[in-house]
Order: sequence, then C-alpha cells, then structure tokens
Amino acid sequence: MIKQLLTVLAVIGVAWLLWPFLKEFRTPASLNPLATDYIQGSVNDLNMPNVVTAVVVTYRGLDTLGEVTVLFLATAGVGFLIRRRELSGAKKRHATEILKTGATFLAPLIVMFGAYIFIHGHLTPGGGFQGGVVIASAMLLLALAFTDFEFSHRLLSWLESLSGLAYVALGLLGLVLLGVDAFLDPRFLPLGRWLHLFSSGAVPLIYSCIGIKVGSELSVVIDSLRGKGDTEC
Amino acid sequence: MLVLICGILLMLAGIWTMLAKKNLIRIIIGFSILDTGTHLLIVAIGYVKNATAPIIDAGVKLAAAPNGDKLVLGKVVDPVPSALVLTAIVIGLAVTALMLAYAVRLHKTRGSVNIDDYEEQKW
Repeated sequence: MIKQLLTVLAVIGVAWLLWPFLKEFRTPASLNPLATDYIQGSVNDLNMPNVVTAVVVTYRGLDTLGEVTVLFLATAGVGFLIRRRELSGAKKRHATEILKTGATFLAPLIVMFGAYIFIHGHLTPGGGFQGGVVIASAMLLLALAFTDFEFSHRLLSWLESLSGLAYVALGLLGLVLLGVDAFLDPRFLPLGRWLHLFSSGAVPLIYSCIGIKVGSELSVVIDSLRGKGDTEC
Repeated sequence: MLVLICGILLMLAGIWTMLAKKNLIRIIIGFSILDTGTHLLIVAIGYVKNATAPIIDAGVKLAAAPNGDKLVLGKVVDPVPSALVLTAIVIGLAVTALMLAYAVRLHKTRGSVNIDDYEEQKW
C-alpha cells in the first residue's frame, strides 16, 4: 500500500517537475543563433548538405567518439554477462524453406542498403549509426532463418577493432595536418563538389568507420543473446 | 506541442511501469518507454514552426551572400536535438541489450525474474 502511494507520488513529482516547462514552452518561429551558425558552417565550411551529420561527426565529434565508446562498453558487458556455452535453451525447430530462401535473397540486399546509408550519411538522411543497425538487422534475419548459422567472431572483432582504430586515426590525422585545435576536423581531404559522394572531406570515411563498428558490435550482441555454441571475446 | 505532451505522457508511463511492476522484463520495457518519451521530448524542443528537415537540398531555399558564401533562407529545424536523439537511440538500444543480458544472468543464477526474489534490490 505504502509502495503504491510512493509510486504515485514519484510519478506526480516528475509530472510537477515537467509542468512549468510544458506551460512555458512555445514552438519557436525561428532558429537560435547556435543552430543558425551550425547550418551556415555546414553549408559553407564543410560543403555538407546534411546538417545533422555535420553536428554529429564534426562539431560534436568528440561526443560521438564517447558514444561509440559507450556502445562498445555495453557490448562488452553483454558478452561478459552471457557466456553462450551455458545458454543451451530449448530444442530449435528448423526454419521453413520459404524463410530460408527469402533470407538468403534478402540478407545481402539489406547489408548493401546499410552500407549505402552510411556511405551517403553526409548527403541523405541516415548515417553510420542507422546503417550499422540495418546491417545488424540482416544478421538477425540470418540468425532466425538458419538456427545453426555461426558468426565468425574473429572477423567481427577484427572489423570492430580496426574501424574503431581508423576512426581515432582519422581524428588524429586532422590534428596532425590542420593544427592543434582540429581533432576530428574532416577538412584535410578536399571538400569536393556540392551534393557529390566524394565531398565534405573525410566525413564519408569517418561515418563508414562508425557504421562498420556499430554493425559489428550489434551483430555480436545479437549473437550473444542467441544461445548455443560458445563465445570468446 | 502535441509531440511534447505525448513525450511527457510516455515518460510518466515509463516511470510508472519501472516503479510499479515486479517482473524484470516489464521493468526493462518501462525503461524503453521512458527512453522513447525522452526522445520525443528532445525532438519536440528542436522543432521550428513550418520547418523542414535540416538537410539542405533542392527543397530549401539558398541565396548567395555578398562574400560568395551560400546563405540558407528556407526554414529548417534545429539540427542539434536531432543529432542528440540519433545517437541516444543507438545507445538506448545497447543499454537495453545490456539490461536484458543482466536479466538473463539473474534468471540463470536464481531462477526467477520477479524482483521480490532479490530482496536487496527493491520492495
């Protein structure tokens, strides 16, 4: 009884906390100066149409590096908590012919679509994180369709380590080539032409690294949560 | 504005679920709902009236500034909250996976997903 009362009190407390914000909030009619600056800078300094990518990869690049680290830690935690040798689980039924054929046909296409999303992250909606998740969804499809499908752990961990290393190396390259305050500055490569694939400096490279890293990490998570077999990370 | 209210309602529902439910899986679902509500809230803060996505393509008006730069005239939404939410979604996914792994581990060691069986956690 007391517990329920406290729960109600906690929910009301959070609502009371948010109420002044909700009362005062008006949808703004124009952008604040910081956002305007980011948009102008993305268009003029970086030659990048997708301003969100400019913020994620360049202006707030250090934060993104931190988030990639958080993702890595969470993946490592999942691998640490679940040793797949212990997860025997129930006996699995084999998938039907339709699911198997469909999965073999679709999985390469989904991986290709994921790669398309992260390579074009600076031009179209999407980017490394989304593309990586799409690639991991292809892995999930394969894991569902083929119960005895084994992921190559060596390949996944190499991909993950190499792409993480390449991300930091690209950041440091900016530091070396452009000066002391240019960590993760992509402008050491030519900015290219507006709306072309090879534009915006090193951003497509950096986002591809993020995409491969996120894709391989989430594939490891899917594989860990699947049961059967064993894992050494 | 509607999105903002929906976000706050989802946050409250998520907090309620996390506090009132006993099942570990339901608590994790509550966390997911709270997570989604927060995303909606942040996205709603960044919205600008009648604006489009912050991707400068043919749909957004451009003009030439006197010094040769391009000047963005069309209305776009604030890119910073979008960028925050973009990464927060992936981090939320990873954290949810971690919590589920923890729940699986607890179930393996003590054979229960009811939080009451772990006395030191919650009452």
